[in-house]
Amino acid sequence: MSGARVSTLNAGAQIGAGLGDRLSTYLLRRQYLLPLLLLIPPLLWFSVIYLGSLFTLLAQSFFRLDDFSGTIVYEIGLQNFVALLEPANLDVIRRSVVMATLVTITSVSIGFPLAYMMARYTRGTTKAILYVAVMLPLWSSYLVRLYAWKLLLAKEGAIAWLVTQLHFSWLLEAILSAPVVGGNSLSFSPLGTFVVFVYMWLPFVILPIQASIERIPPSLIEASADLGAHPRRTFWTVILPLAMPGIAAGSIFSFSLTLGDYIIPQVIGNSTLFIGQVVYRQQGIAGNLPFAAAFSIAPIIIIAIYLWLAKRKGAFDAL
Amino acid sequence: MRSDTPLSARPSLGLTLATIGGVLFLHVPLALIVLYAFSSEDKSYVFPPPSLTTQWFSVALDRVDVWNAVTLSVQVALSATALALILGTLAAGALARSKFFGRDAISLLLILPIALPGVVTGIALRSAYHSADVPFSFWTIVIGHATFCIVVVYNNAVARLRRLSPSLIEASMDLGANAFQTFFYVVLPQLGSALLAGALLAFALSFDEVIVTTFTAGQQTTLPIWMLQELIRPRQRPVTNVVAVFIIAMTFIPIVAAYWLSQRGDDDVRR
Repeated sequence: MSGARVSTLNAGAQIGAGLGDRLSTYLLRRQYLLPLLLLIPPLLWFSVIYLGSLFTLLAQSFFRLDDFSGTIVYEIGLQNFVALLEPANLDVIRRSVVMATLVTITSVSIGFPLAYMMARYTRGTTKAILYVAVMLPLWSSYLVRLYAWKLLLAKEGAIAWLVTQLHFSWLLEAILSAPVVGGNSLSFSPLGTFVVFVYMWLPFVILPIQASIERIPPSLIEASADLGAHPRRTFWTVILPLAMPGIAAGSIFSFSLTLGDYIIPQVIGNSTLFIGQVVYRQQGIAGNLPFAAAFSIAPIIIIAIYLWLAKRKGAFDAL
Repeated sequence: MRSDTPLSARPSLGLTLATIGGVLFLHVPLALIVLYAFSSEDKSYVFPPPSLTTQWFSVALDRVDVWNAVTLSVQVALSATALALILGTLAAGALARSKFFGRDAISLLLILPIALPGVVTGIALRSAYHSADVPFSFWTIVIGHATFCIVVVYNNAVARLRRLSPSLIEASMDLGANAFQTFFYVVLPQLGSALLAGALLAFALSFDEVIVTTFTAGQQTTLPIWMLQELIRPRQRPVTNVVAVFIIAMTFIPIVAAYWLSQRGDDDVRR
């Protein structure tokens, strides 16, 4: 280290000798004080702004909107939660949970091989390249990635072109005319919504799985082979159970992100509603903030249950 | 008896294919965006593009609405990153090594804004602003962004602090430096690249955020909100294609830089 910096340190020591040293000694004698002082600003921010907002949201959900004046009536009541149980709204919740579950299962199935490859068969440069290949989409623009799928799935877009070139148009048409998943074109079908959800959250699923496979001691896998287990058996009885915390951690992301998203089904898909869209429309177009608030409690509860289940699988140790 | 085929030899063909397929699935769509920015077609998303041109780049450069959105997004991202940098570092300093009652609850609280769906954070902030009669402004956007950016800085800083050898701090104290000197001359230089990495990621996160922003922006248009309007009702496809490429560049650069910084920094600390 340069002499200049050392002399600044000395000068600093002399100038700060009075107040700085005394304050420093005071803090060091009381071990608990420094963390406490450091914690005050961020804790204040989170409790006032974030918890405060969540609390306001909860409070809002008990108020109601006056149908005639369109203003919020500040009387406490459960009418919003009763309305939540209407068949149409339950349908929205059920549809969102089914979609989130399917997206999670698919993302894990596609993500696991990639994570497994990264953790067990690559090192050095190859590993770094694969890692960056997964991390880049994770951090890069959500909207741009969504836009890419609008291009891909369009009637005149790349996928339709490829399908035609391969003479599979009949298959695409058959899928699109299927009752639940189909639609006018891929970009206006629930199948399209599903594919985009999987694409969006895949990197979030891969990284925790990769980390958990990486932590499996190679000796355990060798022991399993030494004891005569076929690789397939080693996979099912040793690797998969030990990778479970990572799978659970990754699935938290795909599940909760799907459940709360309102932009993807708005851009890609038909007009069927998901939880996020109902919340957004109720507060925006309808101006019914109390009902939107009550509706947004639904994903919080579902995710809380999911987190509790995931915690039992050890997900929090793998985050 | 040892099984004939040890698991750790080489990846099977199926695994290799699945990996290549996965990587292609993640990256082909982004490559396609770059191709479309040069497409001469401006009425549809036709593939393959009839011919290639660079004219849309100059068209996009002349668009005032795009520039205004870019300026607002950069200002918001810089402000949110600055706030997150201060609050995230403080939280990391407090939680990295100490153990006390409620510590886990506090770290859960920090993660909550990114663990809960964005729509919940968004509407919570919106209803709080509404109740407190706070009109939408530049700062209502920044407050929302800073809240979920803090955790990014925090994660980077906490990881580095935990790897930092305690003997460095002890040595500094033994040599007579007080707590503040130790922080500025010993801890901060070690922490520097982790903080820079965290700040870059926070910037990328804020620059791109749309879900919370739609609830906290009112009539203001950030770049992602401009983009969202185009996604729902495409009006100027060629300009949108160019903007998309611009956003890819604006987020890729900080992400790769952050990765490089945190890798290198960790190596330095270990050495």
